Amino acid sequence: MGRFLLGRITGAGIVLLLKSFVIFALIGLMPGDPLDLMMNANPETTPEQMAHLRAMYGVDLPITQRYWTWLVAALQGDFGYSRIQHRPVLDIIIPALGNTLILTGAAFVLSTTLAVTLGTIAALKRGTWIDRIINLFAFAGISVPSFWLGLLMIYLFAVRLGWLPAGGMPRPEQGYGGMLAHLAMPVMTLVIVETGGLARYARAAMIEVLSQDYIRTARAKGLTDRRMLVRHALRNALIPVLTLVALQLGGLFSGAALTEAMFAWRGMGRLILEAILGNDYNLALVCLMFVTATILIANICADIAYTWLDPRISLGKRRR
Amino acid sequence: MSGSWRITSLRGGRGTASCTDDQRPFRVATALTEPLLVGRALTVDLGPAHDRTSVITGLDFSLAAGRTLGVVGESGCGKSMTALAIMGLAPSPHRIGGVLRFAGQDLLTMPQDRRRQLRGADMAMIFQEPMTALNPVVPVGVQIGEMLIVHDNASETAASRAAVALLERVGIADPARRASAYPHELSGGMRQRVMIAMAIACKPRLLIADEPTTALDVSVQAQILDLLLELQRDTGMAMVFISHNLGVVSAVADDIMVMYAGRAVETGPAQRVLTAPAHPYTAGLIATLPDIGRRQKILPVIEGSPVNPRNRPPGCAFAPRCPLVIAECRTGLPAMVIVSPGQEAACIRCTA
Repeated sequence: MGRFLLGRITGAGIVLLLKSFVIFALIGLMPGDPLDLMMNANPETTPEQMAHLRAMYGVDLPITQRYWTWLVAALQGDFGYSRIQHRPVLDIIIPALGNTLILTGAAFVLSTTLAVTLGTIAALKRGTWIDRIINLFAFAGISVPSFWLGLLMIYLFAVRLGWLPAGGMPRPEQGYGGMLAHLAMPVMTLVIVETGGLARYARAAMIEVLSQDYIRTARAKGLTDRRMLVRHALRNALIPVLTLVALQLGGLFSGAALTEAMFAWRGMGRLILEAILGNDYNLALVCLMFVTATILIANICADIAYTWLDPRISLGKRRR
Repeated sequence: MSGSWRITSLRGGRGTASCTDDQRPFRVATALTEPLLVGRALTVDLGPAHDRTSVITGLDFSLAAGRTLGVVGESGCGKSMTALAIMGLAPSPHRIGGVLRFAGQDLLTMPQDRRRQLRGADMAMIFQEPMTALNPVVPVGVQIGEMLIVHDNASETAASRAAVALLERVGIADPARRASAYPHELSGGMRQRVMIAMAIACKPRLLIADEPTTALDVSVQAQILDLLLELQRDTGMAMVFISHNLGVVSAVADDIMVMYAGRAVETGPAQRVLTAPAHPYTAGLIATLPDIGRRQKILPVIEGSPVNPRNRPPGCAFAPRCPLVIAECRTGLPAMVIVSPGQEAACIRCTA
C-alpha cells in the first residue's frame, strides 16, 4: 500500500509537470501577448518602448526559458499576478474554489445519492413501468443542455414566480436562507444533468449483481429483502459505480463553467472561462493546473476506495 | 394425468431418535403423522404466461427426518429446479402446481414472508460452486453469523461468536482467524465448509445439497460427504442430495430418485436402485461409471443428448436414446409401476 501510493503520487507528479508545460505552450500560442493588450489600451506606445517592455518582462525569450522561469517561481509558491485583477493568482483562486465547492459539492452529494437510489429501484423493478419512468427521466437528464435548462428555470422561478434570485452570490447578511435561495437553481441544474448517466450506470451494475450466485444464496438464507439489498447487493454494485463517481469528484474543483456563468456564481468554472477569454496567462495556467491536479488526486482516491470496497483488490500486489 | 397422483414409498423409518436436543417439540409429532417433505404431482413451469416451458412434470417424492433422498440425472433434467422449487427460489416468472408440503404446512399457499422465515431457518441449501455462492466482499464469519441475526434475533457479538463455533463444527482449523477471512482467501474445500456452516447455523430440519462436491477435488469431496453425513447423524436433519454422480449419491442416499426430462423415471431404496436398476436410463447411468480397476480405452456413454423440455417427444422422453426401445415407447407415456418392494420405475418394459 505504501509503495503503491508512492508510485502513484510520483506518477501524478510527472503527469502534472508534463501537463504544465503543455498548458504553458498552448497559452503561448494564443493570439497576442500581454504587452499587445497593454498597447491596445495605450495607442501612444512606440515600437521602441514595446521592445524595451518585452525585454523587461522577458516575453521575447524562447518558450523553454520562459517556462523554466515560471516553474522555478511556481515551485517556490509564487504563481504570479493576474493581469486583469492585479492581485496574486492564489488570492483569486481560493475564494472562487470555496464558492465552487459549495455548489458542486451540494450537487455531487445530491446527484450521487439520487442516482444510486433511482438506479437500484429501476434494477429491482426491472421491466416494469417504474423502471421505464426512471429511464425516461435519466435519458431526459442526459439529453437536456444545461444552459437551456438553466434559462428555463430562471424564467420560471425568478421571472414568472419570483421565488428565487435569478443569479449572483448571496450577501453575508442574508445568512443560510440567502445561501440556499441562491444555490437552489444552479444545484438543481447540475443535479438534473448529472444524475441521468450515473443512474443508468448504477442500474446496470445492480442488475449484474442481482443475477449473481451470492444473491441466490442470500435469498436461500431467508434474509429480508432489505438486508439482502443493503448488505449483499449494494456493496458489490457500488464497486463499478465508484469509477464514475471518482471522475466526477475530480470535476468538483474545476466547477461547472456553463452553470456558474449562467447563474453568475463566482466559482472556478467561471474564473477559468474569464481567465482564458481575457488572456490572463498566469491565472488560466494555474487554474488549469489545479484542475489537473484534483483529477489526478481523485483517481488515486478511487483506487484506495476500491480496496476498501473490494477485499479482492490489493494495491501493489498481483492477486486473483 | 391422474396416473401421477400417488405417494411414493420413499418414507423413512429411522432417524428421529437422535433429535433429543430439539428445541422445537412439534417436530417429532409431525414426523409421526406425515413425512417432513412431501411433493405430489409437482409441476414447475417457467416463463411468462404466454410462453411457458414445463421443466418439471408430475414429480412425487417424500422424505422423512434423518433420511437422505438422492436425486440423480443429467444436466437440465430438473434436479436443481426441484430444489429451487422446494426452497421457493424458482426463477420468476414461474408457475408451480401440485402439492408441496413441509412439516405439515402447505408451502405453495404459504404467505411469502412466512416462506422466507422458513428458508435458512428450517430448510437450508448449499450450492455447487462455493466461490460464487459466497459474497466476495463480506467476511465469511459475518455471512454465517447473519443467519442467527435474521432468524434468531441474535446480537452482532453473539452472532460472530456463534460463527466461530460453527466454523469449528465444520472442521475448519483456527476458526477465530478464518471468520474474518474473505471467500477468496480460503481454499475450495474450506469455502464449501463455510457454506455448510452457514446452512446448519439455525439447525434446519431439511438440508438441500445441490451438487455440493462437484466443484471440489476428489479427496476433498470425500471429506465434505463425511462432514454432511456426520452432521446429519448429529442433528437428525433430512437431506435432499442432488448430483449427476451416482458414485457420490450411493455414498450418502437412503433412497434415490432418478430424473429424466423433468420426470422421475425410477425411485426406490438406494441399494435396490443401484444393484438392480429397473429403468434402462438408470442402468445406463450405472454403466457409465468408470471401473477403477480396469483401464478402458473408451468410456461407456449413453448415446445422444437429453431432450429439450420445449419439444418433448409424445411417448417416453428417453425413447430416442434407449437401447431397449420398442414401438409402444414412442406413443404412450409409461406410468410408474412397482417393480420390487419400494422400487418403482416408469418403463413400459417393466409392466410387460
